[in-house]
Amino acid sequence: MLDINTKKVMKNAYRITKRRGETALRVRTPGGEFPADIMPILTEIATQYGDGNLHITTRQGFEITGIKYEDMPIVNELVAPIIEKLQKHIGVKIDNPKDGYPAAGTRNISACIGNEICPYANYNTLEFAKKIEAAIYPHDLHFKVATTGCPNDCVKARMQDFGIIGMANVKYDQNYCVGCQACVKNCADRCTGALSMHKGKVIRNKELCVECGECVTRCPTQAWTRSSDKRFRLVIMGRTGKKDPRLAQEFATNIDMESIIKIIQNTYDFVEEYITPGKAKEHIGYIVDREGYHEFKKWALKDVKLPEETKIKPYMEW
Amino acid sequence: MGYKMGLKEFDKIFEILSQDYEIYGPKTIEKAGRFSDTNNIRYEKISSIEELEYKEKSLFSPKDVLFPVNETMFNIEGEKLKEIEEEDKKYLIFLRSCDLNAIDRLDNMFLKNGNIEDNYYKKKRQNTKFILMECIESYLNCFCVSMNTNKADNYSMGIKLANDEIYLEIKDKEFDDLFKGCEKENYTVKFIEENQHKVEVPNIEDIKLELFNDEMWEAYDRCIGCGRCNFSCPTCTCFTTTDIYYDENKTKGERRRTWASCHVDGFSDMAGGHSFRQNTGSRMRYKVMHKIYNYKKRFGENMCVGCGRCDDRCPEYISYAKCINLVTEKTREEA
Repeated sequence: MLDINTKKVMKNAYRITKRRGETALRVRTPGGEFPADIMPILTEIATQYGDGNLHITTRQGFEITGIKYEDMPIVNELVAPIIEKLQKHIGVKIDNPKDGYPAAGTRNISACIGNEICPYANYNTLEFAKKIEAAIYPHDLHFKVATTGCPNDCVKARMQDFGIIGMANVKYDQNYCVGCQACVKNCADRCTGALSMHKGKVIRNKELCVECGECVTRCPTQAWTRSSDKRFRLVIMGRTGKKDPRLAQEFATNIDMESIIKIIQNTYDFVEEYITPGKAKEHIGYIVDREGYHEFKKWALKDVKLPEETKIKPYMEW
Repeated sequence: MGYKMGLKEFDKIFEILSQDYEIYGPKTIEKAGRFSDTNNIRYEKISSIEELEYKEKSLFSPKDVLFPVNETMFNIEGEKLKEIEEEDKKYLIFLRSCDLNAIDRLDNMFLKNGNIEDNYYKKKRQNTKFILMECIESYLNCFCVSMNTNKADNYSMGIKLANDEIYLEIKDKEFDDLFKGCEKENYTVKFIEENQHKVEVPNIEDIKLELFNDEMWEAYDRCIGCGRCNFSCPTCTCFTTTDIYYDENKTKGERRRTWASCHVDGFSDMAGGHSFRQNTGSRMRYKVMHKIYNYKKRFGENMCVGCGRCDDRCPEYISYAKCINLVTEKTREEA
């Protein structure tokens, strides 16, 4: 005689599955990175309380399947050390990890592997993902955020409510340029064709340049360098789903980390103000569509101190 | 004479030296490396001993000072060419033993190669003195001991930095007075006696024409022709010369010389569209043979000084050092 409150179950990061009596737990791993020593805990839960399988979720977490609803308290206790390590340790406020995950609406922050490993990434996506996790989790509202190192967008930032794409903000010192054209040829071949030769030196068309930074990786004399200030392209309100799926569009360019975090936090206030009562999972994008871009922008930019070079889109058409 | 002092104390002497000399040394340029959040280390003007990158090996070499990446040779006004007259600057360059040996190679290439001296190089070179940086460790890919470039003696000062102190060996009398009253120390530069890698250079007599057609070079067709090896090499001296007229005033311009690389496309392009060494493996052969064969035939020593920067920087993990060993093996097989 199973009597459970499905809303509470879901808030606790468990799923109501098609298999009667069985649930599945989503383990949050912000940035998709974690110390390998959490694996034995996952193994223990999966083999003793689940069906022995782990599923890697699309948001880079783990889903432990085949857990009986009545085992949720003991599974929560077992997962507590992971919550300590992956959430509390980075500054997420969770009172009692032994109760399991306090919310599931705001999804795991996904990230590409970032500049610790990838030659193309323009920043440490994992670090940024963890900063965002600490700033916005736990929260019940349905937000999807991902960080990606460069416009290759391996993490699919353009399918998120907030997608953060690294910008290289390249600088060119023609005194070090030998005119080998490695950057020009590569830009035409793999990027946007923003570079051209003029009298043995390189000219960059800033309208075409997406600040991917590939010229820097190609330059044999390092005439091209990245700016040391980290700047980002913030794309918003992308979504999959049945109703009007679409790619996220550029909201801000040349924006800094602090401003992005504040904008996402402000958007929670916006959603709380305008969400359809009783529709807890209503997607932000639909709310922005209904209330209008300008109203969203007003809320999102409240008290945000943007760097001088940041550009915000005056109008938006998705 | 040897001395020892704190870095702050040395900076006062540095300041006095700066009045007469432009002082260059390897400098870490934060976050200016090839990949994000990595650094570049290249030769730039430095204004204090703190700015000197002493611990790490530089990615670029001190040749940048005497033979800049781009150098204006003449100003052009209409049909007239006017040679650039450099101010009478004096240079002090901090460098390591391999790189000081490389200066010797540059001297040969710019001053003793044929009957014409390169004026631009000569003007700077004759006003240059060197400060030798003692190598505390042999770095990854270094093979100076194999090339006999682990030692040097034509330096004005030798230095070692340890425990926030600088140890100095003063060889040039010009600098004696600067150190009057400083704490004396029995210090002379110590040299690296062993590298992790050993490279055996072939006898030039053993290099036969067959080697040029050997299939070993095909393995180097994986070279992408980026030129990093040449641009970081302290002994590569190739350049190309271009006349440029300014956009703002098309009657005025300059004749400029710019580094060239035998690995980069276009190096051997000729009038009429003829071009040699289309595949990059043959460019590798051309470079290697210059470093350990052609140059040696002309000047009696190897051009390569074993700094290993080519191996440090090759994005395709091609090892020039291994290639030399392979050549030596081949010459033995053939002999």
